[in-house]
Amino acid sequence: MANALSFPRLKSDDLPIVIAAGFVLVILAAGTAYTLSTLGTAPLLTPNYLLTQLQTGAFLGIVACGMMTVILLGHIDLSVPWTMTAAAMMATTIGGPGAIPTGLAIGLIVGLVNGFGVAYLRIPSMIFTLGVDSVMRGLMVAHTGGFAPQDTATDLMRYLAADKILGVPVAVFVWAAISIVIAAILSRTAFGKAIYATGNREAAAYLSGIKTRWVIVGAFVISGLCAASAGMLLAGYSNKAYQGMGNAYLLPAIAAVVIGGTNILGGRGRFIGTLVGVILIVLLNSVLSIAQMPEAGRQIIYGLVIIVMLLVYGRTAKVTQ
Amino acid sequence: MSQPFAELSGISKFFSGARALEGVDFACSQGSIHAILGENGAGKSTLIKIMSGVVQPDSGTLTVGGQPQRFSKPSDSAKAGIVCVFQELSLLPDLTVADNISISDPPRRLGMIDRKAQRLRAEELLARIHCEDVDPRALIRDLSLSRRQMVEIAKALGKDPKLLILDEATSALTSRDVETVYGVLGELKQQGVGMLFISHRMHEVEALCDRLSVFRNGRHIETFDKGARSQNDIVKLMIGREVEHQFPPKPVRVKPNAPHLVVDNLRWENRLNGVSLSVGKGEIVGLGGLDGQGQKELLLALFGVLRGVEGKVTVGNANGLTNSPADAKGGANRIALVPEDRKTEGLMLPMSISDNLLAASFDRVSVGPFIDPGKEKAAVDDAIKKLQIKVNRPEDAVATLSGGNQQKVVIAKWLMTQPEIILLNDPTRGIDVGTKQELYRLMRELADEGRAILFYSTDYAELIGCCDRVTVMYDGRIVTELTGSAITEEALVSAALNITAPEAVH
Amino acid sequence: MSAVTMTSQPRASALMTSINQNRGFYGAIALLAVLYIVYNLIHPKGFSTNLLIANTNESVALAFVAMAQAVTVLMGGLDLSVGAVMTLTSCIASVLVTGDPWQIVLGCIVTLASGTAFGLVNGLIIVYGRLQPIIATLATGAVAIGLALLIRPKPGGDIDLDLNWAATNSLRDVAETYHLFDDGEAAWFQPIAWFPVPLLIMILVALLVWVPFKRTVTGRTLYAIGSSEGAAYMSGLPINRAKLWAFTLAGFFAGCAGLYLAIQTGSGNADIPQAGAYTLNSIAAVVLGGVSLLGGIGSAIGALIGALILRAISFYFRILSIDPLLQPLVEGIVLLLAVSLGAVRALRVKNRLELFR
Repeated sequence: MANALSFPRLKSDDLPIVIAAGFVLVILAAGTAYTLSTLGTAPLLTPNYLLTQLQTGAFLGIVACGMMTVILLGHIDLSVPWTMTAAAMMATTIGGPGAIPTGLAIGLIVGLVNGFGVAYLRIPSMIFTLGVDSVMRGLMVAHTGGFAPQDTATDLMRYLAADKILGVPVAVFVWAAISIVIAAILSRTAFGKAIYATGNREAAAYLSGIKTRWVIVGAFVISGLCAASAGMLLAGYSNKAYQGMGNAYLLPAIAAVVIGGTNILGGRGRFIGTLVGVILIVLLNSVLSIAQMPEAGRQIIYGLVIIVMLLVYGRTAKVTQ
Repeated sequence: MSQPFAELSGISKFFSGARALEGVDFACSQGSIHAILGENGAGKSTLIKIMSGVVQPDSGTLTVGGQPQRFSKPSDSAKAGIVCVFQELSLLPDLTVADNISISDPPRRLGMIDRKAQRLRAEELLARIHCEDVDPRALIRDLSLSRRQMVEIAKALGKDPKLLILDEATSALTSRDVETVYGVLGELKQQGVGMLFISHRMHEVEALCDRLSVFRNGRHIETFDKGARSQNDIVKLMIGREVEHQFPPKPVRVKPNAPHLVVDNLRWENRLNGVSLSVGKGEIVGLGGLDGQGQKELLLALFGVLRGVEGKVTVGNANGLTNSPADAKGGANRIALVPEDRKTEGLMLPMSISDNLLAASFDRVSVGPFIDPGKEKAAVDDAIKKLQIKVNRPEDAVATLSGGNQQKVVIAKWLMTQPEIILLNDPTRGIDVGTKQELYRLMRELADEGRAILFYSTDYAELIGCCDRVTVMYDGRIVTELTGSAITEEALVSAALNITAPEAVH
Repeated sequence: MSAVTMTSQPRASALMTSINQNRGFYGAIALLAVLYIVYNLIHPKGFSTNLLIANTNESVALAFVAMAQAVTVLMGGLDLSVGAVMTLTSCIASVLVTGDPWQIVLGCIVTLASGTAFGLVNGLIIVYGRLQPIIATLATGAVAIGLALLIRPKPGGDIDLDLNWAATNSLRDVAETYHLFDDGEAAWFQPIAWFPVPLLIMILVALLVWVPFKRTVTGRTLYAIGSSEGAAYMSGLPINRAKLWAFTLAGFFAGCAGLYLAIQTGSGNADIPQAGAYTLNSIAAVVLGGVSLLGGIGSAIGALIGALILRAISFYFRILSIDPLLQPLVEGIVLLLAVSLGAVRALRVKNRLELFR
């Protein structure tokens, strides 16, 4: 009972990543086996195909970067969908050289508001960010009058989202750049360490003289900025912003972070895991679409994969007291 | 004396190697009130936890009503007639008084809880302890601490105990409720219920109990009838004559050091009622007294954790009242706090040893926004070496360390911030003897380096062995200050129990 | 002795005690009453039973989903699959609730049973798989949507029209449809004939399922877990059983929502955005109805009220010349204001360490 407290094994943070990476290979192998047997080719393994996958994965990957910093604190950011949409819509509305700064400003403001509500008012992030999402949606619906906006993305947005350098999509470079920044923040800066400390045990972090409220605000700002960036890229990719463009990214982003081994209660998880989680979800989706799996089967497999992976390594310690 | 109702023989219990109880033989009977006395950590709590099924003994046998028993959970012992009123409340704050009183076995009708019967039952039980003013429909969270404690007692009575254990059950009560509880305990005794009564208040024990047992360092020392021994004898039994620890020598001072930290008339809520004290550089000042007399609050107030603190704090010549730990550790104050509970307040258990060591001083090993791996490693290696922390690799989770080494990590974390004032909240609790002695030496070294140390301990021997001065707190105030050779166990225990001993200086 | 020493204050009445202990709940009722009365006063056609019927019709599904959410929130959990389970069961109903009367009845039972079973599976995964409810139900929600798509790749269905008519109108229409009580003309029947069936359904389910459940030991354990899991364990309460029941009951309520939605719309539709919106609105409704997201405080009835408040706000957009486009904005602001009221506590805490508990 009292002594049943079990501590995590050494380097237990790496185990989920290894399993998830193994699963990525399984998906690739299964998908290739399928295409070989039906088409006689292996398109999954061609560089072109993989690069296209990375291109579409970039949007999810960037959202997941921000989501991870918030989940590491034991919080969650449900305002991502309309932060993406709002940033994209405002950026296309303003246009010109001010487009991208405007979108980032939206992300910054949303992050500050979220952080204020969670850190200072101490409202559960689940509900506060949900409310902020609703307000952003309201503002955008009011802004566009409910119609699809007519403004198009700026050239720079289109370049970043859809162009290629040496055959590699620019969006992948953007994703890589953001990933490097977040990974560096998490593992190499005092702020990153403070995020882990606060997520593990806020009282202990506070008593260590860490300004935990600033840390929470900072993490939500990162999430807001990432969501805004992903939204603008998505607008560049589709050449315009549209209602509900962020809706399809919230749950996969949370799933990618959790599959990558980040504890949903905060404090534990490595950035590389989130990358693997994103790749896993993107590949899973693409294999299912190659197999012409109907949406129904995709959803079921998608849910089962998450459950099975979590049953393998995501179990919480047994609560006895 | 009638046949004992509950009998323990050869009971031992160790918590991660530390002795809580060893070879204890103990018996208590029905129809009498039996006091258990001992210092903090004497093993009283473990004794009652074993009797009430919360923890299981490592060896020995427990016999209840003539039957050998092995309780694996609290409801087992309740079935055998042993009911405990715990010091930490076991009530559910969001449920009503009536719900809580009948929580384990509510009256039911057609499978549903019969709320009317439950309310009547609560009213009847509350009436037995003269708490008619508590509304059974009230929520626990809306009650004062004293009323909650009374509800806890009513809940225990509802289980028809043959042996009722009261663990500091009167500590939170108002004086009116204390009188009421005395009356109820007397009635229960008439009805043949046995009671084990654990209290730090000597006059309570004198007034109530028929027999007394003294525990010390996990052993049962002696049991005798009331009046068989004088108060002074009892205090001596509690302290014992064993010399357990070796302490580094204290420096001899001609005159006291100039004060560095000065606290003047500090007040907060009703827990601090005008605390005044001073600590000089190079000095170790002890905080004594029973648990819960405001010592923890004092340390938290000095560290900037509490809101709405009134009074004056001076560090050096500047205002030392801070608004957050971040303020307290930096700037001119340079305060460090080793908190009460190292597992929840001192450490991030799943994080690495090195991250925990650096938790308060990442800015010191950073260049710009980035942590410099070289500086990081140097600082960590230095801390591990300085405190001789036994680690495999600094990257391991701090949870893998023993309790003593974990506490060293907490202390090393703060030493890294170069503090000038060190606040220690019972730092040796649950630590093995060897590490304790290392910590005593370290404290003296730190003082000799010119730091001011304020040291709260529940272990009187430590206060005597380590401190240049000891202040004893009672009810949010400092009631006694002892210096040099006046710091004796008798004086400390007497001051803490608020009884007069010949040696005590007021 | 007590008569002399006690400063006994007169005991508050049962109602006052209840109001003091459940300010969130009674506040929600007051807010709903004000919102709905004002709505009727400014409605161009004024109050009518038809208006009440139309309003309640739109509220039933959300009310059930909110009750489902409340059961899990009360024990300190969360169920992100409630909207998806509603969608799944509505698709099941759209296939089964048709044909002979006995087939219809059986279809309804199977629909509710499948929702309940899905909830039970959620509970088994969470209790025995020891997964976090948030993430586990996120995944099972995807499975539910997948199953719904499997059953109804395209919107459609042929729900019995009589049932549709009866369930979405007044009691008189029920009697007429099924030729009861002299086609609803019986004299004794008249005083209640105006009553909206959807409102009756909500009240009946709440009274016959939630109220009895709350008063069982399992129901109390639910509150005990949300209040303090450690103390619940110390008191020897059946913690695993209560958790299983919580998710099972959530599945049942979500099944009720799905069944009603199918009957109301006459069809099933595996609409993914709709499922997500219902889940998120259920969380908002729970909070508006005075249920603490930390568990232990509130009730499923409160969540039902919260759902009605959310719906009542939306009614205003139709009658005032407010642009309906502003609706999400107003909903969001109301939600943020409601939760911010509860934050005053955090600003009053004297010992900052208590903020982290």
